[in-house]
Amino acid sequence: MKSSVANSVWQPSCDRDGLRLRAQLLAVTRDFFASRLVLEVETPALAPATGTDPQLAFFATQYRAGAEQQTLFLQTSPEFAMKRLLAAGSGDIYQISKAFRNGEVGRFHNPEFTLLEWYRVGFDLSQLMDEVADLIACWFAPYRALLPTERISYSEVFKRYTGLDALCFDLEAYSAYAFSQHLTDAIRLCGQEHSVWLDFLFSHQVQPQLGAHCLTMVYGYPACQASLAQLNQQDARVAERVELFMQGIELGNGFFELTDADEQERRFEYEQQVRQQQDLPLVAQDAKFLAALQSGLPACAGIAIGLDRVLMLLVEKESIDDVLSFSHHRI
Amino acid sequence: MAIYSTNEFKGGLKIMLDNDPCAIIENEFVKPGKGQAFNRVKIRNLKTGRVIERTFKSGETLEGADVADIEMQYLYNDGEYRHFMMPDTFEQYQIDDKTVGDCRLWLKEQDICIVTLWNDAPLAVTPPNFVILAIVETDPGVRGDTSGGGGKPAKLESGAVVRVPLFVQTGEIIKVDTRTGEYVSRFKE
Repeated sequence: MKSSVANSVWQPSCDRDGLRLRAQLLAVTRDFFASRLVLEVETPALAPATGTDPQLAFFATQYRAGAEQQTLFLQTSPEFAMKRLLAAGSGDIYQISKAFRNGEVGRFHNPEFTLLEWYRVGFDLSQLMDEVADLIACWFAPYRALLPTERISYSEVFKRYTGLDALCFDLEAYSAYAFSQHLTDAIRLCGQEHSVWLDFLFSHQVQPQLGAHCLTMVYGYPACQASLAQLNQQDARVAERVELFMQGIELGNGFFELTDADEQERRFEYEQQVRQQQDLPLVAQDAKFLAALQSGLPACAGIAIGLDRVLMLLVEKESIDDVLSFSHHRI
Repeated sequence: MAIYSTNEFKGGLKIMLDNDPCAIIENEFVKPGKGQAFNRVKIRNLKTGRVIERTFKSGETLEGADVADIEMQYLYNDGEYRHFMMPDTFEQYQIDDKTVGDCRLWLKEQDICIVTLWNDAPLAVTPPNFVILAIVETDPGVRGDTSGGGGKPAKLESGAVVRVPLFVQTGEIIKVDTRTGEYVSRFKE
C-alpha cells in the first residue's frame, strides 16, 4: 500500500503559470464577448442523444432512479443544445464547456477538453471569420505580434501543396502523388474513398505548412466534408465550412450553419448507415434538435475553438498535457 | 504473440511489420476535428537498423514481435563467430560478423553488451555506452599541447579509429562514447 502511494504521481501536469494563464485566457474571452453583447450560456454535458459522426467516439453512461433507467451521452460538443437555444430565440450566444471524445489521446488530444463555441445570428461565414481574427488577435496581443491573417480556400491550399484537385476525385492522380511522396500507406488506407484521401493528404502534406507565423483560415471545404455546414449557393461542390490553423495545429472548425431540417436528417441517416457498416455503436438521432430545426433555426454562423490548444500556442508548449491541470495520464 | 492496437504503440514496443521485427520509436495521433484519425509512427527495422515512417488508421493492429534485449558478456572471436555468454545461466550464443555489425569495432573481451534476440536468435549487438580501450597506434603528439583542440586519429585495440587530443600517446588507455564514437578522457585505473 505504502509503495503504491509513493509511486503514484499526484502532481498536476502543468505548472502554476499554466493555471494562471488559463484563467487569464478565460477572462479575456469573456470580456471579448461581453463587449460584443454575446450572451454566455450553459447547456447539459449529459444528454440522451449526441452527434452521429462516425469519426467521433462518445462516452455513454447510465442514469438510474429506481426502476427508471436511461443511457446518457457525454457531449462531443454543445452544438445541438446551443442550436435549440438559437431556435428558441436566444440571439447571439457563446459557451465555454468541456467536450468529451472517447479514445482521443495524443500530443494535441485529451479525451476531455475545453471548447469555446459561439453562434452569431445573421452573420455569414466571412463575417464570422472577421470576428475570429479579432478574437485571436486579442488573445495573442500580450504575448507576441502575429503576421496578418491568411484566408485561403481549401481547393487552393490543397493545390498549392499537393498539386491535386481537391474537388474532383481522380484516384489515379491521387495515388501517383502519394507514391511520389513515399506515402504508399495512403493507397492501402484510403481505397476508393475521396473523403479519407482528403483527410490523409491534408493532414500529412498540407496542415503542417499552415499558419507558420499567423492565423490561417481555410474555407470552402469539399462537399463530402460538409459536416453541419450549408453547401455554397453558387457551387454545390463546396461547403460553407472554415477551419483555423496556427503552426500546423488545427484550432477550430466553423460553419455557416445548416438550417434545413430535412437535409440534416438525411445527413444523420447517412452517418448512421456508415456506423452500421463499420460496426460502430449506434446512437439515437437527436429528435429534439431536429424538431428545433423544423421550427426554424435563424440564419447564423458558428464556430468551436479548442482552448487548450490555444493555450499551448500562447505559452509555446509542446504537448496539451503541459497546459492541463491533470491530463489523461495524471487523472 | 500479443496483438497491439495503434493506441498501444509506445516507444520501445516491438512489433512485426512486413515480416520483420521492428521497434516503435514515436507514435503521433493525427486527427482532424471532423474526419479520419491516423497514427503516424516512426519505426526502426531491427534487422536493418533503418528508420521508416508509416501511417495507420487509428485502431489498426499489428502483431507483437518476440524480441528481447539481454545483457551478455563478450567472450572471444574464433575467426568466424563471436561468442557471447549470459552471465547468470552461462548459456552461450555465437554471432556472425554481419549481425554484430559496427559493434565489432568496440568489442573487448569480458565487456557486457546488449544482445537483441528475436525468437531466441541474435538480431543485433549493442556495445556499452562507454568503453575503455588501449591505443595501439597514433602519431606522436606535439609537445606542450594540453588542450583538446585539433586532435589526431588513433587506432584502438578493438579496431575502431577515434580522434584523440594531440597529447595522447600510443599505449595509453582511453574512455570512448560508443554512441558518438568520440573520445571522452584518458583512463586512470
